[in-house]
Amino acid sequence: MISISAFFAGLFYFATAVIVFGVLYRIYEYWSVPSPLNIATTPAPTTQAGAAFRVVREVTLFESLFKANKWIWLFGITFHLALLLVLLRHFRYFVDPTFILWAWVPYVQPFGKYAAFAMVLGLAALWARRFLVERVRYISSPSDHLMLLLLILIGVSGLVMKFVSHTDIMDVKHFFVGLRSFDIKELPNDLPLYIHLSLVATLMIIFPFSKLLHVPGVFLAQHEIWQIILGKNVMLPLGLRKSIIRLASDIF
Amino acid sequence: MTDLEKQVSEDQDVEDVEEQLELPDPLEIPAIVVDAMVDLHSFEAAPAHQTDLGFPGELVDDWQERAIAKIGDLRKKYRSFRVYLDSCVKCGACTDKCHYFLGSADPKNMPVARQDLLRSVYRRYYTIPGKIAPWLVGARDLTEEVLGEWYNYFHQCSQCRRCSVYCPYGIDTAEISMAAREIMDDVGKGQKYCNEIIAKLHKVGNNLGMPPKALEATLADFEEELEDDFGIEIKMPLDVEGADILLITPSADFFADPHIEGLMGYAKVFHNAGVSWTMSSYASEAANFGMFIGSYDNMRKVSRRIRKAAKDLKVKRIVFGECGHAWRVGYAFLNTLAGPWDFLDQNYPIPQHICEFTFDEIEKGAITFDKSRNDDKVMTFHDSCNVARATRMGSNPGGQFDYPRALLKASCNHFHDMPEDTIGEATVCCGGGAGILTDDLMDIRVKGAAPRMKALRQVTEEEGVTHMAAICAICKSQFTKILPKYDFDMEAIQSVHQIVSNAIVLEGATVPEDD
Ligand code: SF4
Ligand code: SF4
Ligand code: SF4
Repeated sequence: MISISAFFAGLFYFATAVIVFGVLYRIYEYWSVPSPLNIATTPAPTTQAGAAFRVVREVTLFESLFKANKWIWLFGITFHLALLLVLLRHFRYFVDPTFILWAWVPYVQPFGKYAAFAMVLGLAALWARRFLVERVRYISSPSDHLMLLLLILIGVSGLVMKFVSHTDIMDVKHFFVGLRSFDIKELPNDLPLYIHLSLVATLMIIFPFSKLLHVPGVFLAQHEIWQIILGKNVMLPLGLRKSIIRLASDIF
Repeated sequence: MTDLEKQVSEDQDVEDVEEQLELPDPLEIPAIVVDAMVDLHSFEAAPAHQTDLGFPGELVDDWQERAIAKIGDLRKKYRSFRVYLDSCVKCGACTDKCHYFLGSADPKNMPVARQDLLRSVYRRYYTIPGKIAPWLVGARDLTEEVLGEWYNYFHQCSQCRRCSVYCPYGIDTAEISMAAREIMDDVGKGQKYCNEIIAKLHKVGNNLGMPPKALEATLADFEEELEDDFGIEIKMPLDVEGADILLITPSADFFADPHIEGLMGYAKVFHNAGVSWTMSSYASEAANFGMFIGSYDNMRKVSRRIRKAAKDLKVKRIVFGECGHAWRVGYAFLNTLAGPWDFLDQNYPIPQHICEFTFDEIEKGAITFDKSRNDDKVMTFHDSCNVARATRMGSNPGGQFDYPRALLKASCNHFHDMPEDTIGEATVCCGGGAGILTDDLMDIRVKGAAPRMKALRQVTEEEGVTHMAAICAICKSQFTKILPKYDFDMEAIQSVHQIVSNAIVLEGATVPEDD
């Protein structure tokens, strides 16, 4: 089965390159576009700490969404939090938990395991809204439906591997750890796994070309806040290093 | 009447009463009615008004290529435009936040759908999925029909930013509307109302096209009126070199009600404070319609008049009168557009809002009020959207909500706010902002005002509110027209400084009989 393993190895090298360089390039693009006027939506915080706090609240608690619509907020935050846990859980396929930095990895395992259910449920609820609420149905394109379908299938195929067909994950781990040193190990011969991996790679590849750009967008759209945090007229690439250092020292 | 009939009629009575008590929710969400407003088309600008602003006189032959190129241009010019177009996830959180949607039920008036009118074209020409599989991502060719939709629906947006408050990414449909109008102007399809007004301002100095002589005469009339009423001389100075304060106020303050009473209120406050102040005939307009059409150049040109006036008159401070979007340009853009203001007195905000000025006077204890002069009124306050969501007053976040209310509460005994979800940062627009205040758009003006009118209805019924004050010239004009359509008295709309004016006690002044 070495050829299938080689195929997935190639696919993941490609997908990783696309998502990393694609998203970095987008961020670079956004930053290099000027933002000549102060278009802060007010009331906006007036201090750096306040502004940083607002970004953090927006990113972690979805504060505006909460103000807007409790249902979307509930389903949205369920999905995103669950996804976070699931992603953290997946670290164990790539890292060595005896290394101190990754010591937390074993502890998220039980949470991540059940979070996958919450993730699929959250997604299903979001998808139901696209059919049931006429306003949302009106604004949905086929791609909006497919994106949810893709995520749900990723979740379900993952759950199948865990709770139904029991893929041998040590082999999977060897495969991915091997990729790090360009050593292509064999993947277990397992259909749910192939499906899961193909879908994840697909998601990674379309990331920089789709509305998944809301991930960097949620930081960058609040440009006025950045002006408060970083000072006026921040332009990358010139100010990049300084700004990031300042931001880091402001937030942490 | 049989017992049964009696019973039925009694039940009905009870039901009727209940129905009357059951006031409509101001933010009630309608079921969508596709294309309800698709035909509402405001007059297009005449060639002369287009060329006055540096735009082609009429729709150019290669409008399609030009419009597409302009989208490409804008995405390199404004980060907001680019990030907003890419980031929307179609979550639907904004779909019920636009007063025009709530009032008209047309789904294209939902903020995200309004953005999509332009986003669909952007996707078609500037994104890989849109180029490969337009049907998949809702991308569309730029056809004549699409251009028509742009024109109609981007002129059903008052750029009030209510949607941006609720979007998880802060996507501001107002920015998209401005961009769309800029693109349309650029291909020769501008709107008559906005462009005619901007052309007048460039020529004469104000939106009305009121020449300096007429302005001088008008102000002299006001001074006379004030003297007749109060028996003292209250100045309305124009073009006084060396005055301390330059007042920049919307030209509606010179000719419309209740704006004029507001202007008289500022004059009384200045008089009471004993400051020297002046208006300028060269910059006799606070409003800046250049913002409405998204034209940086026009907006800048309009703003530079204020700079020139301030320099020529050698003033030390600039104070803005009651005007919503003018304060936005003043507060948020003026420094970029017309700064630096190093020649002004740095001890005061540059520029300062008239409400801030009056507030400071009240804080100092420099104003005496006789609140009872407003006892015939129970007041409420309409937060003008541009003030609420794009500016501030004082140094605390949210000062823009507190200052005008503090002024009202200082000058009247009875004040009640409208429902929480229709004021402050959640305020619903008057329905007339950003180039909508024209008779050819009356249909959407009336519909867009519905949430505000329902909110006002609630406090009139429940709290006995009789009057609503505002600090935006457009709001005031809009409400004067719209209130009667919702069975309110047209004089129910007041200027904040009109209420201040009624109550302020000036030394040596007599109180007019009818007050
Ligand atoms: S709230 Fe923002 S992200 Fe959601 S649909 Fe509206 S514009 Fe798009
Ligand atoms: S800016 Fe105001 S008018 Fe325009 S879409 Fe948003 S809510 Fe509606
Ligand atoms: S007219 Fe008044 S309420 Fe309406 S858009 Fe302007 S500031 Fe907002």
